[in-house]
Amino acid sequence: MLEYLLKRILYAVPIALGVSLVCFLLVHIAPGDPLVSVLPADASQEMQEQLRAAYGFDKPLPVQFGLWIWRALGGDLGFSIATGRPVAAEVWRAIGNTFMLAVFAAAFGFLLGAFLGFVAGYYRGTWVDRASSALAVAGISLPHYWLGMVLVIIFSVQLNWLPATGAGPGGSADWEWDWAHMRHLILPALTMSVIPLGIVARSVRALVSDILSQEFIDALRAKGLSERGIFLHILKNAAPTGLAVMGLQLGYLLGGSILIETVFAWPGSGFLLGNAILQRDLPLLQGNILVLAMFFVTLNLLVDLVQTWLDPRIKRG
Amino acid sequence: MKIRTLIGAALGLGLLASAAQAQTTLRIAMTAADIPRTLGQPDQGFEGNRFTGLTMYDALTAWDLSSADKPSVLIPGLATEWAVDANDKTKWIFKLRSGVKFHDGSAFNADAVVWNVRKVLDREAPHFDASQVGVTASRMPTLRTARKIDDLTVELTTSEPDSFLPINLTNLFMASPAHWAAKLAAVPATVTEAPARAAAAWTAFAADASGTGPWKMVRFVPRERLELAKNDAYWNTARVPKIDRMVLLPIPDANARTAALLSNQVDWAEAPAPDAVPQIRSRGFQLFANQQPHVWPWQFSFVEGSPWLDKRVRQAANLCVNRTDMKQLLNGLMAEAVGSVPPGHPWWGNPDFKIGYRPDEARRMMTAAGHSAQRPLKVKIQVSASGSGQMLPLPMNEYLQQALRECFFDVELDVIEWNTLFTNWRIGAKDPTARGAHAVNITFAAMDPFFAFVRFVDSKMAPPVSNNWGFVNDPEFDRLVAAARTTFDAAARDTALAALHKRIVDETVFLWVAHDVGPRAMSPRVRGFVPPQSWFVDFSPITMN
Repeated sequence: MLEYLLKRILYAVPIALGVSLVCFLLVHIAPGDPLVSVLPADASQEMQEQLRAAYGFDKPLPVQFGLWIWRALGGDLGFSIATGRPVAAEVWRAIGNTFMLAVFAAAFGFLLGAFLGFVAGYYRGTWVDRASSALAVAGISLPHYWLGMVLVIIFSVQLNWLPATGAGPGGSADWEWDWAHMRHLILPALTMSVIPLGIVARSVRALVSDILSQEFIDALRAKGLSERGIFLHILKNAAPTGLAVMGLQLGYLLGGSILIETVFAWPGSGFLLGNAILQRDLPLLQGNILVLAMFFVTLNLLVDLVQTWLDPRIKRG
Repeated sequence: MKIRTLIGAALGLGLLASAAQAQTTLRIAMTAADIPRTLGQPDQGFEGNRFTGLTMYDALTAWDLSSADKPSVLIPGLATEWAVDANDKTKWIFKLRSGVKFHDGSAFNADAVVWNVRKVLDREAPHFDASQVGVTASRMPTLRTARKIDDLTVELTTSEPDSFLPINLTNLFMASPAHWAAKLAAVPATVTEAPARAAAAWTAFAADASGTGPWKMVRFVPRERLELAKNDAYWNTARVPKIDRMVLLPIPDANARTAALLSNQVDWAEAPAPDAVPQIRSRGFQLFANQQPHVWPWQFSFVEGSPWLDKRVRQAANLCVNRTDMKQLLNGLMAEAVGSVPPGHPWWGNPDFKIGYRPDEARRMMTAAGHSAQRPLKVKIQVSASGSGQMLPLPMNEYLQQALRECFFDVELDVIEWNTLFTNWRIGAKDPTARGAHAVNITFAAMDPFFAFVRFVDSKMAPPVSNNWGFVNDPEFDRLVAAARTTFDAAARDTALAALHKRIVDETVFLWVAHDVGPRAMSPRVRGFVPPQSWFVDFSPITMN
């Protein structure tokens, strides 16, 4: 297991480097001036050159990449062009906020999605299956930002039950686990959970349905195993694939959603990313993408390990 | 005795509690996606100046924001008077207001002015900050140095005679040198390089700012909220805020801002969603809008081969747009533009060419220029899908496309990303990035003569120097610009600027379409707000029921 673990970690290194290079190149290839947020529209050429040199954008791209990756290895992601604040602190704060949102969205979406999928698969072809599948398809198909707006109109504007925006009455900096703060989490988490709910439900339904049609289930039934026992067998066989799907979905959720976080003014990584894109704040954009990509890589690694633990055939493969 | 003491204590506590309850807080949803920079020179355009500039800081000169009916004019700020040197028109003497203190208690004086000029103009200064240069230096393009004459007198020098300097100086906010020095002293010794120490001191200053303004910074959560408290010791006693606290929240999405207002999460929403206007009104909220010094135009190209080189074509386009219809499209949230400044403005100048909706006249002009419905004139316009101050660029440009078809124009819209369009503005119509466009749709502020007129028509301002994107090159414009810049009597300078504006309209350098009206929706609890004809707002007279 240790050898497998080391091998998987080793595989993650070139992926991380590749991701860093791609995200660095992508933000530099995009048209527009990286200093647009600090450079006025009528800035003289002298001022443009002066600022370009001050921010290090006058150096060749490979040098800029080398310097950035070297500093990033030490945890220094540079300073935001627009605000002058350290990128690392901004990114970690935002990721913390998105993490909170993602965990709640995942808890709701995964549990309900797995339940709906299991029920639909187990009772396939019945009205239960059709109702569960309809819910799952709706979850995947509905534009989540639209759903977010509808929820805001109903629960915030019309009923005045839940707040429409923000991460707590005093912002995320003084977050507490009380109702005054938690109520800010409900609408964005609910909106965010809808897509993973649909995807998990669809995947689990297909898995359960597939497992139920296999011969070993008939054999188990013929041997007189109770339905509870069969349920456990289905669960164990469906778990590795189900976990892989959930891992990917959790990765997406941790990446934040630009649209949802903008609709709810939730100060997470998606909101930060959107902001960085609009301001062409390259250090912030690169730092944010890099940290999120590393999260994704790490999460996939963890999912691989859990899958291997659940199904040793994967390791042998 | 004990009972009386207890009753007294209870009453005292009750009074204290009601005093605490009486604290009034105004919560504002800004359109910005982040808190504009708080260190003295805000970013995010004039919204930045509105919320983190003019609230916490003062400049030497200021805008009069007290009237909704008259254009906002220049008034004394931290300087009480100023005059250009009679012998050397590049030198100005500014007399400073006495007894003004920064929020940290240090005194505002000539040393502070020199320090604040050096922070953006002197690369050798220990507190020079490159990040503040861009948003400051271009707004005062001719200012070079500052010199202390005595504690309350300072001499400012410009690179050439420039009568616009006092107007430009509304953008140079005075931050506290003593407070910055304290922040520098607190930078850890592990940071050894001087520029890095200075940058760290500015970052710390931004998180705990100190200016001379009517509001003091009390709490700052990056990207989430800025809380300001009233400055009871503000030097202008007439402008000491009437409410105790102001909370600024960045909510960039218009629907989210509107929802936050309608669900009573905020008391004030900047630029609510236009579609929500009827609902805002029907639910008893207040809606304020007033014409702002803002222009939504098409800026024409005058390079060889441009179809706009024919003045008849430029004027026909201006006569072919029914601006009243467009106003309806925007739920009334625009003012119809007939020039860069509106009639009645000191710089209006009464142009001979009267802009309006006269499609028959427009068609006659186009026919005379050799165009018809069968042979329409092809024009390509670079526009964005969004952007600061751009209002609703796609529907508005599509409306123009449709309207101009009636006058034999075949308009092609080249939609590109806002920051790219903005960057291209500096590069000019001749550059490949313009992709052969004959006009560009970028809105601009018209508070200051340089930003309103000079940068678009002075031949010296052609790219890469400034925003004369279309390469206007007319000696008469250059002469009028020079005349305005070297007229130092304020009334005579306004007359010279009026002559410049008259020629800009008569020569029809733009297709003028709209002025933004700065819509803001407020809770009925907000009282005393005056919507000035300005990008800025005075929060001091506001009260809360």
